[in-house]
Amino acid sequence: MHYFIGDLGHLFVIVSFVTSLVSAFAYWKANNASAELKNQWLNNARLAFYVHSAAVIGVVVSLFVIIYQHYFEYHYAYSHSSLHLPGEYMISCFWEGQEGSFLLWIFWQALIGIFLMNTQRIWEAPVMVVFGLVQAFLASMILGVVIPLIDIKLGSSPFILLRDAMDDPIFSLQPDFIPKDGNGLNPLLQNYWMVIHPPTLFLGFALTLPPFAFCIAGLWQKKYSEWIKPALPWALLGGAILGVGILMGGYWAYETLNFGGYWNWDPVENAVYVPWLVLIAAIHTMIIYKNSQAALKSAMILNIAVFILILYSTFLTRSGILGDASVHSFTDLGLSGQLLIYLLFFTLAAITLATVRWKEIPTSEKEASIYSREFWIFLGAITLCLMGFQVLLPTSIPVYNKIIELFGGVSNIAPPADQIGFYSKFQLWFGVLVALISGTGQFFWWKRMDKEKLKKEILPPILISLIIFAGIISIAKVYEPAYVVLTLAGVYLIVSNIKVLLSVAKVNPSLSGGAVAHIGIGMMLIGIMFSAGYSNVVSLNNTGMLISKELPTEFNRDNLLLFINEPRSMAGYDIEYLGERVEPRNAPGYVNKNDIDLTFDPFKVVAKKDIEFKGKKILSAKDTFEINPENTYYEIELRKDGKVAATLFPRVQINPAMGGFVASPDIKRNVSRDLYTHVSLPMNRDEEPEWSEMEEIRIPLNKEFFVNDYVAVLEGVTRIHEIEGFKLSDEDVAVQAKVRVSGERDSYYAEPIFLIKDKAQVGRISSEINDLGVKITLLNIHPETNEFSLGLNTRQKDWVIIKAMEKPLINILWLGTIVLMIGFSMAMVRRFKEHRK
Amino acid sequence: MKKSHIIAIIVIAAAIGIIISTAEDASSYVSFDRAFQLASNGNKTQIHVVGGLKKDVNGNIVGLEKSADKLSFSFILVDESQKEQTVYYNEPMPPDFTRSEKVVLIGAYQNNTFVANKILLKCPSKYQEEKINASI
Repeated sequence: MHYFIGDLGHLFVIVSFVTSLVSAFAYWKANNASAELKNQWLNNARLAFYVHSAAVIGVVVSLFVIIYQHYFEYHYAYSHSSLHLPGEYMISCFWEGQEGSFLLWIFWQALIGIFLMNTQRIWEAPVMVVFGLVQAFLASMILGVVIPLIDIKLGSSPFILLRDAMDDPIFSLQPDFIPKDGNGLNPLLQNYWMVIHPPTLFLGFALTLPPFAFCIAGLWQKKYSEWIKPALPWALLGGAILGVGILMGGYWAYETLNFGGYWNWDPVENAVYVPWLVLIAAIHTMIIYKNSQAALKSAMILNIAVFILILYSTFLTRSGILGDASVHSFTDLGLSGQLLIYLLFFTLAAITLATVRWKEIPTSEKEASIYSREFWIFLGAITLCLMGFQVLLPTSIPVYNKIIELFGGVSNIAPPADQIGFYSKFQLWFGVLVALISGTGQFFWWKRMDKEKLKKEILPPILISLIIFAGIISIAKVYEPAYVVLTLAGVYLIVSNIKVLLSVAKVNPSLSGGAVAHIGIGMMLIGIMFSAGYSNVVSLNNTGMLISKELPTEFNRDNLLLFINEPRSMAGYDIEYLGERVEPRNAPGYVNKNDIDLTFDPFKVVAKKDIEFKGKKILSAKDTFEINPENTYYEIELRKDGKVAATLFPRVQINPAMGGFVASPDIKRNVSRDLYTHVSLPMNRDEEPEWSEMEEIRIPLNKEFFVNDYVAVLEGVTRIHEIEGFKLSDEDVAVQAKVRVSGERDSYYAEPIFLIKDKAQVGRISSEINDLGVKITLLNIHPETNEFSLGLNTRQKDWVIIKAMEKPLINILWLGTIVLMIGFSMAMVRRFKEHRK
Repeated sequence: MKKSHIIAIIVIAAAIGIIISTAEDASSYVSFDRAFQLASNGNKTQIHVVGGLKKDVNGNIVGLEKSADKLSFSFILVDESQKEQTVYYNEPMPPDFTRSEKVVLIGAYQNNTFVANKILLKCPSKYQEEKINASI
């Protein structure tokens, strides 16, 4: 038992909690102290925050040591890690649990806090008061301390021992019991995107704190407008990082889950999408203020709203309130009350402060003209907020039910039945509005506009857009009215921003971040429209089956049943299922399951022969190599005009943590479209197959016969002296037959054994050829005629059911994402420079 | 009227529109009887029904039928008011279907049969391990 490391970690947690409070208190004092005392308080506060940060790093290191050293006496290591886990995924274990993800969040904010402490003079004290309080609330989530007297447990510690976390009888017999291996990381998360997606997302979460802290500090110190300058670059950085984090999650879902897309409007996804939209709106209002001293109140409200929405999303995903509504929220750790207090504390504090100061906040009286950029930016910000509101409202349905139940009512509201259809039909039109507003708004960047000038400026982009639009529509055959409008709006957004980009780049390229970002948004809109709107099931088979005799409606089937080595046609391809494969951990490619022998260790297998993949030898015969036993890949070949167009390996994972079975797609990527294929149903190998009744034949050597419609021949019979490693005595007689069966692609050998033990007992070991659904038994030997009796059983051949979809122009979406991020970075660099001046 | 007032009115109108449409499109958790009533009144909306699979005294699942080509299946669901109903689903049977404790259907009656569009399964020990695997 390694008690020390856990106790040390727990001590660090407590220290980090206490010092964050001390730091907040000292900064508070420093803020209100006279000049001579101020420095003392400041020094104390800084020291406290440094100790806090060091303690946070101490917690991280302790937890990591526990995971890395496989100390399975700790609940965290036992439930998130295992001996077989490859090194890079040890890092993912760290944030698989709720405690670790809180820790990640605290860690990022500590780093940002240190940075602000050393760069901000005037703002340091008030901003760091907010930081200290937020850190204290987060640290309390992993505190794991029972408050005496009232007997309430505060937080859930990651350093809890397994025997304290689990009520297993083994601990009463053997208190020092340590499991030999852990439960392991959910295999679904063993993916490189899951190594970088959570840290990015939580960095995005952490980056919403500085703008909020500056805003609160501004309200508190009555510096109503000065806070915008230092807050803006942080908001931009947050917008970029949070955006990247969200999209990484989407990309992971596209590659790993079988939802058929990158976005599913799941409550967990919505919970981060809404704050991101509002953050973008907040950035725009801050830009308005920087340019024309208007929209100050909106900027404050929105910056506060972003932070509150982040807390709300934390509450939704971690309190267990989503329950049935979401596939991937965390389970309740008993923190819901604490999370609610965290949410309410900052909501009420911010609202109270803003209300008290409201009258004093300067407002600009003059109305923005339609021909001013401020008017258009503001319109854009409003649209973004409404866009977020539309998503937030239905996502909160489980919360309404809970509130009604709390007041003794009964509520049975469920989320919309077709989530994707429901959200898309609104978000699509908001997308159109965003495109039109930000496309047009760009024309007002430079000079003061009037009606005549605008006409002259706007006409060429409109004409160019219409030409490009007409081209796209006629080539891609977009006829759905809503999609037609969205395409036009997206093209217009791109064209008008390219025009602005060209003229800005001539004058001062560093100012062109906005135009670049908007081009990215336009590309994303078009990419989303095509890949989602025109995603079509290509494995459709219009057999017009009736779903039941009582139901007259005909149903098309979205899935395709493929028997092994039997080509079918699909979407202009010949498609053929070639069998089950495993993936070696340390070699590229896939290995046929028929070519390996299992060992006692499920993670290790032995190659039966030299193994090639794509013409290259990857393993030699008798090589022992490692695999992930939970993963099976189904090799599927696509051919066009007789030539192999692609070989796909969709995966099925046996994953008890996710309900037993998870299918992941394989994607054939083309420039213009992705072909997305996943297994809907694999054969269940645990189920005993239904064999036909045995057919007996009597044949001599080298005479052809048929089994399950395949040509077969008995090539020879030899005497053997051991069976599966067991030596036979001299008294025993054993012979092994070698039967070659010619399949569609390969020849297979069945090697049944006939055994006479102790001169009397007869034993027969049949041999199966999995791919062909054939079982052959050597029944008898007739030395008098030189003939042999074979027993033949057949079953249905191996099969797999797949679903395949086409996603046109999805690459435009990914490309647009990159362009958007470039734009964000350019804008951010400019604002950081501006702030330093 | 000032421009800002016009914008404010439009925003409020849009917000009210969003609230109304959310209320309209929100589905509800109902029983089979209620779902049948809705369908016979010509209401084609998709609803949620929560229930469990029908089991015999020995705990074996009753009434599960796969189509010959394995591409669709039907089963009997007992809703929370103990009403039994055969449900058709036009997808292959999920491998963990028989293990599920609770099934949430999203679908509607078509004539006298219930056709599910989507099935959510609640399986035991989805996230939580109750027992330690002491053998290893």
